[in-house]
Amino acid sequence: MAEPNQTKTTQISLSTKIKRLAFDNSVPILFIIICLLGVYFSQLPAVFIVNQLLTRITRNSFLVLALVIPVIAGLGLNFGIVIGAMAGQFAILIVTHYKVAGFNGFMLSLLLSTPIAILFGILTAMLLNRTKGQEMITSMIAGFFANGVYQFILLFLVGTLIPMKNPDMILSRGIGIRNTIDLATKTGIKYALDDVLKYPFFEVLVVAAIVGIIALSINYFLKKKKGSGEVDNFKFVTLFILMALVMGTSIWVLNSNTLLKTVKLPIVTVLFITVIWVFNELIMKTKLGQDFRTIGHDMEIAKISGINVDKTRTIAMIISTVLAAWGQIIFLQNIGTLSTYGAHVQIATFSIASILLGGASVTKATSGQAIIGLILFHTLFIVSPKAGNNLFGDAQIGEFFRAFISYGVIGVALGLHAWNKRVQAMRKHLDTDAP
Amino acid sequence: MNETINNIVKRIGLPRLIIGLLFLATCLTAVMIDLPFGLIVSDILRRFGMFGVLSLAMVPAIQCGTGPNFALPIGIICGILGTLIAIEFNLTSPLLGYGFISAIIISLPFAVLSGWLYGLLLNKIKGSEMLVATYTGFSIVSFMQIAWVTLPFKHPEMRWPIGIGLRVTVSLASTFGEVLNKLWGFSIGKVYFPTGLILFFLACCAVVWVYSRTKAGIEMSAAGANPKFAAASGINVDKNRIIGTILSTFLGAVGVIVYSLSFGFLQLYLAPLYMAFPAVAAVLIGGASTSKIKISHVIIGTFLFQGLLTVAMPVANELVPEGNLSEMLRVIVQNGIILYALTRIGGES
Repeated sequence: MAEPNQTKTTQISLSTKIKRLAFDNSVPILFIIICLLGVYFSQLPAVFIVNQLLTRITRNSFLVLALVIPVIAGLGLNFGIVIGAMAGQFAILIVTHYKVAGFNGFMLSLLLSTPIAILFGILTAMLLNRTKGQEMITSMIAGFFANGVYQFILLFLVGTLIPMKNPDMILSRGIGIRNTIDLATKTGIKYALDDVLKYPFFEVLVVAAIVGIIALSINYFLKKKKGSGEVDNFKFVTLFILMALVMGTSIWVLNSNTLLKTVKLPIVTVLFITVIWVFNELIMKTKLGQDFRTIGHDMEIAKISGINVDKTRTIAMIISTVLAAWGQIIFLQNIGTLSTYGAHVQIATFSIASILLGGASVTKATSGQAIIGLILFHTLFIVSPKAGNNLFGDAQIGEFFRAFISYGVIGVALGLHAWNKRVQAMRKHLDTDAP
Repeated sequence: MNETINNIVKRIGLPRLIIGLLFLATCLTAVMIDLPFGLIVSDILRRFGMFGVLSLAMVPAIQCGTGPNFALPIGIICGILGTLIAIEFNLTSPLLGYGFISAIIISLPFAVLSGWLYGLLLNKIKGSEMLVATYTGFSIVSFMQIAWVTLPFKHPEMRWPIGIGLRVTVSLASTFGEVLNKLWGFSIGKVYFPTGLILFFLACCAVVWVYSRTKAGIEMSAAGANPKFAAASGINVDKNRIIGTILSTFLGAVGVIVYSLSFGFLQLYLAPLYMAFPAVAAVLIGGASTSKIKISHVIIGTFLFQGLLTVAMPVANELVPEGNLSEMLRVIVQNGIILYALTRIGGES
């Protein structure tokens, strides 16, 4: 969380760079170690872990990426993505009711969820603009509150005020949506996105690594030719080695006789995730993105420089809420059953814990951190019950440990942020008081 | 005319008015659809006493300036630990209130220690207390889940007969379950009045009230109401915030012991996770804000909120069977009132 100092990078020796890298990424490094220990003690087969991990990453990335923009815009970690998820679930219910199946159904639910999510985003933003300085607790309580309203609508208004007849979805008393909706039927949207195109994961990795290496090299030599002094050798070498490693491992896996070869990657889902990743990066280069950053840095300065703070914050919330709605739809098409009153409840906690494990903080987050954190969090998720069982003779302990990690990491991050804010406020105070 | 209405609304307070009217409306509905009103009134009284002390725990926290104590689960865990230890060592003679008094005494050192540590934390993060508190509470509860499995308690009533760890709910029937409810309890018609329970709650209120009138209590309120002014007049603000936090944590411990007593069961594992929210909502309904609170707010708020929930349950079940409309009502009212209070703080910090 220290300030990266990019202007001096060329003069600094390699060892300081490594030290700085380790310090800046202390949280992910710590959890990489915990994860590796967990993997070791769980003694689970690699193919199981990789398979599970891929499934979980592809289905959860979208939700975690939805968190990035509010953080940059100074709204903190958006616990309100729960509300976006509800919008997604409304859309899925409609699509399932009208029996629009497969990919069409999936796209239709994305389309339907968008206006609902925009509305929810505006409402949440109105609330957050009235509670500046307390956004995170407000978005959290707003999520709880919305959950009550959501239940009220689906359990009592459906079948009474909202006419709907569908024995597969409505409870036997004729009012209220069932607890679980099966999306795996012929008319459901299970795997609508994942099954469009699937390739063996490691073959894809080899190709991706080769493309990466070529792109990296071209970029490096172009920069060098230009002769600008900002060529970052260290970054180039690290990335190069990393990609070479990825390629090497993948080729090794493909030539070995393990089951790992069979692991498949849903290409279209990954494309969706990449698009949003690129979107998150590109929007920061626009005027709007600059406004987000200015507001996140200092709301007063933003106001003075003529940015409409409330409006910009509203846009950030709308983007986040819409992404969360889409993310929940991607999540559910993979799960295959909609747990009407439970599927959305925990997603804020899990997504936020993920992005924090990746090294993000309340004021700084990147899409890369989101994905790294997601990998770490879900590795913990997969291995901890088994590791707990092998270490303590009880799978429960591993499960409790992972619950503790998800709450604990959020708690620590929030605490550190609050402390930091206070220290800075005091410094500012001292500066202005000094003659 | 409009002005007088506005004045009345202002004096009563919008939340109190809305919830009060809702409460009256559900009561009327209950009478109209011929529900056994005696039983309902008994239930309201029982739940009023049951949740009272937990709500009271908000008073020192808000007075000392740390805002509503969303980290109430810390105190709750201390209370649970106290109870477990009291049962484990059979400190359940009638003289010790069948374990009730011993549980409170044992939980005291835990509450003081954890309240002190938590107070130190709160002093580092002034301005963001509520959010950090919530997640501190969540973290402690999820950490204690591991403890409930691994702590070496041996008492057969607490452990699973097979497997490891403590039960999810521990029955208090053989110890202090419902002791206070039965103490001097009497019936008028079908209404049972749990005298001991109500008296204990009111006594706790009285103690907190008297404390807030002492020099220490006034210093604490001053530190909370205007930290800069208090510091200028020689009051140690940080120390007073810690004292308030310790008091709140201890009241949380006592609160959960009373709650379990009246409920008849001690709930472990995830049960304490969301217990702070009804308590916060109750005092806010009673007219408190995130920075101001009076004992009357606790009493009125707990009565209105718990009363509403108690009446709403049978009424909702009668009107719309097979569904938990009252649970939804709880979620909406509870979080709605907290949101309302948050918007009242207005862009501070």
